Amino acid sequence: MSIFVDENTKVIYQGLTGSQGRYYGLLNRDYGTKVVAGTHPTKAGTDVDGIPIYANVGEAVAATGATASCIFIPAPFVKDAVMEAAEGGVEFIVVITEGVPAHDEAWFYNKLQADFPDVQLLGPNCPGIISPGKCNIGITAGHIAKEGGPVGIVSRSGTLTYQALYELKQADIGCTTCVGIGGDPVPGTTFIDCLAGFEADPETKAVMMIGEIGGSAEEAAAEFIADKMTKPVVAYVAGVTAPPGKKMGHAGAIVSGGKGTAEAKMAALREAGAKVGNNPTEAGQLMAEVVASL
Amino acid sequence: MDLFEYQGKQFFASYGMPISAGELAMTVDEAVAAAERLGTPVMVKAQVHTGGRGKAGGVKFAGSVDDVRTHATDILGLDINGHIVHRLWIEKASDIAEEYYASFTLDRAAKKHLGMLSAEGGVEIETVADENPDAISKIWVDPVEGLTPEVCRSWVEGANLNPDAVEGTIEILQKLYTAYTEGDADLVEINPLILTPEGKVHVLDAKVTLDANSVFRHEDYAAYDETQTRDERETDAHAKGLQYVGLEGSVGVIANGAGLAMSTVDVVNQVGGKPANFLDIGGGANADVMAGALEVINNDPMVRSIFINIFGGITRGEEVANGILEAMNRVEIDSPIVIRLDGTNADEGRAILEPKLSDALQMEATMLDAARRAVELAKR
Repeated sequence: MSIFVDENTKVIYQGLTGSQGRYYGLLNRDYGTKVVAGTHPTKAGTDVDGIPIYANVGEAVAATGATASCIFIPAPFVKDAVMEAAEGGVEFIVVITEGVPAHDEAWFYNKLQADFPDVQLLGPNCPGIISPGKCNIGITAGHIAKEGGPVGIVSRSGTLTYQALYELKQADIGCTTCVGIGGDPVPGTTFIDCLAGFEADPETKAVMMIGEIGGSAEEAAAEFIADKMTKPVVAYVAGVTAPPGKKMGHAGAIVSGGKGTAEAKMAALREAGAKVGNNPTEAGQLMAEVVASL
Repeated sequence: MDLFEYQGKQFFASYGMPISAGELAMTVDEAVAAAERLGTPVMVKAQVHTGGRGKAGGVKFAGSVDDVRTHATDILGLDINGHIVHRLWIEKASDIAEEYYASFTLDRAAKKHLGMLSAEGGVEIETVADENPDAISKIWVDPVEGLTPEVCRSWVEGANLNPDAVEGTIEILQKLYTAYTEGDADLVEINPLILTPEGKVHVLDAKVTLDANSVFRHEDYAAYDETQTRDERETDAHAKGLQYVGLEGSVGVIANGAGLAMSTVDVVNQVGGKPANFLDIGGGANADVMAGALEVINNDPMVRSIFINIFGGITRGEEVANGILEAMNRVEIDSPIVIRLDGTNADEGRAILEPKLSDALQMEATMLDAARRAVELAKR
């Protein structure tokens, strides 16, 4: 099984007519994802390589029965695009766009909570989600992931998500679902949402979690692991040697006022019972040991 | 983007908040002239993007123009936590009856805006939080609902301020919230917010950090960007649009993706080396980007070896390989390069690099091996 998406998930691409949206939308379709529609306010009636374009998400949902939307819209318009998706009736919204202002993120996160509590938001600034062999929404290269489980992956970092998938594939370990939650200050989907999903998914037997410096999401996840997780968790936290006060690429990755250090996060995860690797390779080896002992 | 105090105050003033009259001075003479126009007494305040100015001798009271000359001479060029003072803010001195603290920031865990108000100001809020947490009155504001006048009032009334300060503080905090939200700030902080002996509430300091992602709707923020303090390497990298943080070591690091770049820095440390930088070239490592990155690294005199760590997801290995070779043709590189190339089309990429390998360009199969090799080369 998989979490959030499966082989039946029908996806709308908001921004399919743009260069990024087209490139990844078609790539995702080639992978096997059911890419059923794109949207553009003035290009309704046209198509992108056979994928019909509708004026907005509502019309696309009505015509195709889509349940998910993937957003490749420039940052200034993401706030409106997210609300259009929710109002249009999809249940799962994936925002790939980076550079969304933090206040916009906080606004639409809370607006969705209030008006559309059943809508699951992933991102912004995330690589998306892949359930190998079933569905790939976003920018992860499908071939680096092995199908079939037993490991679920959740990560705050795009490239380290790929690294994790790759380490596992090298060790001939498959993945149920790999969720890139993104490195922004207010991610829609959290570590805890994914951990809970994996805990409930019978096919997932162990979870790989990749965190990074900044905020307290890893500490919150550690608490959840200690209290609620029966499945083994292997973790890695990037940024052990990051200097305080400097933003390390991601808007969320910053050690401020002595808070948010990798050491504190790793210690919390260890204390919660997770196995923690000092680098992605070590985490991959730890996971291989865990899988071998299942 | 961090604002200097004077920029923060002008930002606050544009939202109608009361600040003291003051002028920016870049030289001692400018400071003296400013003080003559403002009339003494004034405060002479170092403008740096760091805290602890007062303790470091960067904030001085000047009762006379002669004092201004003395203090300005002392403070200009002063090193405050590694930040050299190039600018002074000369400001009319205020009489202070009481000092408070007020701020708004985004609480990531709660995913709401967090307002903090403390009857104890003028000191580091972390100290107050540790020693007397009850002194801080906190409020979480839903970004959709905003800070309503009623909620603001009950928050301020519950903060144990001097009753004379309540009305003025309510007014200022409402404006502070507007400045914070409309201005897309990561942080707005007033420390101290003061009550004067005449019963006026007044903004005496300003700390503002703006969200660089919001520049598209605040064209004027480009001017703030130009005043950011960066070292030479960071300025160079910033101009090339690279995500770069200067560090102190000898192994230059280039990676694709923020997480992998951070992880690469970690691994270099773990195998006994010291990274010279964090550098994320982002997705799609074309020759231009790779050349730019290599230039920045090459211009750093501390660098003794270069570790290029690429994991192609959507980025293709053969493009990376061609990009590196083309970049090496364009830029004369002083240090040996070690490459680790994995992911999409990595075999094709390695095949392209294979015939070009030499002492100057080496390849390793894994991230750890490549890190070890780069560290070893840096120590030669």
